[in-house]
Amino acid sequence: METTSVLPLLILVSSLIPGTLILLLREEQVALRTFLNLSGAVAKVGLIAWVFVGYLRGQEYTFFFRLALDLTFSLRVDQLGLFFAALSAVLWLVTTLYAIGYLEGGKHRRRFFAFFSLCVTASTGIALSGNVLTFFIFYEFLTLSTYPLVVHRGTDKAVEAGRTYLWYTIGGGTVLFLGVVGLFVLAGPIYFGQTEIIADLISVYPTQLSILFFILLTGLAVKAAIFPLHGWLPVSMVAPAPVSALLHAVAVVKAGAFGIVRLVYDVYGIGVAEHMNYLNVLAVFAAFTIIYGSLRALFQDDFKKRLAYSTVSQLSYIALGVAIPGVLTSTGAIVHLVHQGIMKITMFFAAGNVAETYGYKNISQLNGIGRRMPFTMGAFTIAAFGMIGLPPVAGFISKWYLGLGAVETGSYWVVFVLLASSALNAAYFLPIVYRAWFYEPEYEVSRLRSSGRLETQALLLIPVVVTGLLSLAAGVFAAAGGSPLSIAREIAEKLYMP
Amino acid sequence: MTDLLTSPYPALLVGLPVLLATLSLFFRTRGKALVGLLGCLLTAGLAIVAFIEVAQHGTVIHILGGWEPPLGIMLRMDSLAAVFIGMTAVVGVFISLYAWQYFRADESGPGEFPLFWPLWLFLWAGLNGLFLSNDLFNLFVTIEVIGICAVALAVLSGKTTAMFAGLRYLLAAITGSMAYLFGVALIYGSTGTLDLGLLGQVLEPGTTTTFALLVITFGLMVKMAGFPFHFWLPPAHSAALAPVSALLSALVVKGAFYILLRLWMEVFGVSITYAAGQLIGLAGAIAVIWGSWQAFMQTSLKLIVAHSSVAQLGYLLMIFPLLILAPGVTADSADWLSPAWTAGIFQVIAHAFAKASFFLSAGLIIMALGHDRIESLRDLVGNMRITAMAIGLAGVSLIGLPPSGGFMAKWMLLKGIFLSGQWWWAPVVLAGSLLTAGYVFMLLRLAFAPAREMGTFKPVPKSLEIVALILALGSFLIVFPADYMIQFLESTGVFGSGIESIVEGGAYGND
Repeated sequence: METTSVLPLLILVSSLIPGTLILLLREEQVALRTFLNLSGAVAKVGLIAWVFVGYLRGQEYTFFFRLALDLTFSLRVDQLGLFFAALSAVLWLVTTLYAIGYLEGGKHRRRFFAFFSLCVTASTGIALSGNVLTFFIFYEFLTLSTYPLVVHRGTDKAVEAGRTYLWYTIGGGTVLFLGVVGLFVLAGPIYFGQTEIIADLISVYPTQLSILFFILLTGLAVKAAIFPLHGWLPVSMVAPAPVSALLHAVAVVKAGAFGIVRLVYDVYGIGVAEHMNYLNVLAVFAAFTIIYGSLRALFQDDFKKRLAYSTVSQLSYIALGVAIPGVLTSTGAIVHLVHQGIMKITMFFAAGNVAETYGYKNISQLNGIGRRMPFTMGAFTIAAFGMIGLPPVAGFISKWYLGLGAVETGSYWVVFVLLASSALNAAYFLPIVYRAWFYEPEYEVSRLRSSGRLETQALLLIPVVVTGLLSLAAGVFAAAGGSPLSIAREIAEKLYMP
Repeated sequence: MTDLLTSPYPALLVGLPVLLATLSLFFRTRGKALVGLLGCLLTAGLAIVAFIEVAQHGTVIHILGGWEPPLGIMLRMDSLAAVFIGMTAVVGVFISLYAWQYFRADESGPGEFPLFWPLWLFLWAGLNGLFLSNDLFNLFVTIEVIGICAVALAVLSGKTTAMFAGLRYLLAAITGSMAYLFGVALIYGSTGTLDLGLLGQVLEPGTTTTFALLVITFGLMVKMAGFPFHFWLPPAHSAALAPVSALLSALVVKGAFYILLRLWMEVFGVSITYAAGQLIGLAGAIAVIWGSWQAFMQTSLKLIVAHSSVAQLGYLLMIFPLLILAPGVTADSADWLSPAWTAGIFQVIAHAFAKASFFLSAGLIIMALGHDRIESLRDLVGNMRITAMAIGLAGVSLIGLPPSGGFMAKWMLLKGIFLSGQWWWAPVVLAGSLLTAGYVFMLLRLAFAPAREMGTFKPVPKSLEIVALILALGSFLIVFPADYMIQFLESTGVFGSGIESIVEGGAYGND
């Protein structure tokens, strides 16, 4: 049953309107601003849950609006999009709480929260886009709404990072634009899932469509931080912790990764992409990025920088999973969209808590921090184990499926990449964990932490504990219905159905 | 010709602003401004009414004094003219409202310049006349009126820099007019007619026609600051008063483009070759890259905005190679003509809104700071939120990010480029976008940076900021009536046509 519905639009509006209104408020109207922000965040989660239930009952939601001439704005709810939208909405809610605590008393909070809301609008817009053009519109909107967040602190370093960030993302957007127009001219307005269009045309325009594939891939690879287009990500670390958390877990990097998933699965189709050998190229770059990112992470003492290079590495698991055709690898890739998100956001929250509470920004300062911040570092430890791929944390599931799928298709080299990467993950995360729990703290613990008080503000603590537990739950209950894995598996199985 | 509806509006569109401009000369300072503003509002209202008339009845004409052409003067308002007149009215009325408040602002304002009003109304009459003219000589007259008023407005501030820039502007304007007039004389000498419609039928290909085309194109290229004749634009546009800069960049240069487009498409088709189109396209492409790069290198806001105009006008020239078809291609089979025309029209309108907003914002910044060196833009966001927003939005449209009017123009241009197979223009469009992003974000980066010293910004009237913001929003809102507008443009006139090249051994060349 397919009917036009405003529900997908409402999902976007639930953050667009608060964002716009907050921009119009005065800086002092804190209560109203917080109310708008949180009610938008809660409404978004609620609406997505509503749509999710409807979708499971077989209801389809599409929203269609002819912008002008041949430009059509289309939102459509499908399983993959909903999956990503749910991730964005849940993490946005958590991060909003975190940001309220983190930025308390800071300057320009109105601007911050306004663009924060616009940023998640872009991210859910990307998730729910029904066609290539709509995806592109939100992809660019994301660049614009995240820029003020990256330069939020306004320091020279932040401004410089903002410049790097823009050159990469605007450059990537421009390349993507070329690809989108080219695709439009050759194949018309492609809606996601209409892979038969390219399948029919590939024999007519093999060269043009192949060039276009790589143009589109390049445009997306910038945000997905695939080597050699990853340079912006470690630099934009100067942004406040909630921004880094959201940028790294969902908003920007996932827009790129999700775009690659859409491009291969829902525009060109796996069949064409495999047949034309596009996937081999993607696999090589993804595998290289996995190793490269991990190696770079090893040598960072700056806590957030190490996390940033780890993101570069972890993201390419998604690209790698997409590049090896098969139900299992696809499951691994799709589920890692969510798993990497909740694990990485936990780590950034933890890093933010440490920096905000004690002012420690370097790993070498973290001696014994676990005794002072047991909950924060406990959550961090869970996430770190997940990143390494230890069961039963979420990251294990992703790696297991990727590895299993690689063996199944005979791509044994992928297993080596995964093992090497896991070893490297362990090499750069375990020292942090070890240092936090087993080193002697530099100060007397009891003096710093009076009993009966929380280790840091509640608004900073609750989010990190929640996402830490989610990372664990996603692994432990992976087999249960409604878990990220079971949904990812369903999506992947549908992809390979004849 | 008799089947077209005769309407008084074309004559009124020229007559009314002239009348009120003249009337305003009899008043003193404040009265001049009041009559002037009234004239602007009336002219804009009239333009809207005339637009509706054309929308309902198709092309309308007016024969002045009942003297039929070729003896008398006929004004002709087809849908293309109506769109340009409409754009001039909407953008013009906002600039007028801004000017009204801007010149009245005390202390920080530039003072009162009562002569602005009659000059602007004469200029407006000239522009309307240009869009409505149907013969070569009439066009010359309007070009002259526009040129004189524009130069006078450009030097209105009386500052030395404006005077020098104005002198160069005058020189360019005269060179352009003379070249154009020379071309017109050649055409008149060989055909005995000046009527555009008639010329389109009787013009014979040959050396004289080709030479006339060459000098006319040269003249108009100078007028519209097409590369490499753009040298006069940045100093003149940046030294003028804010509302004047906005008028010059948003509207005046578009007049020359309008004639160039009309003459190439309606009159000189017989002499135009594929190579000529490529050449104009090349000039446009270089303008896009060079202008954007120059804008990127400037250190004062108004110079950035002015150089950006050179680049943005370059995009307009880039539609010419798409409209002139390779030998053997028929206009019916060329499915890129409509996208190319749409790109041109949207570029004209989106740039008019965005650039007007940009210059008006720059004026406010000068009002607040006393100068426009960009290093002082630090913490603009904290001090002039609305202005910063206007600059941001206008900038996004200039870059061509969705869903702005500038995006529509670039989308259509790239589409036309791909459909026509002239893929070599595509990198230019992309490089232009990137460079534009470079200078727009250079400004925004500063705007977000924290202030080094406090209290450098003096307060400016909020109403002025809002006008700038409305114009910036306008460059986005124009996307929505696109369907209607393109349909309207296709209903009459040259929109969507192309020039078929002469096939080897045809009328031109061998014989």
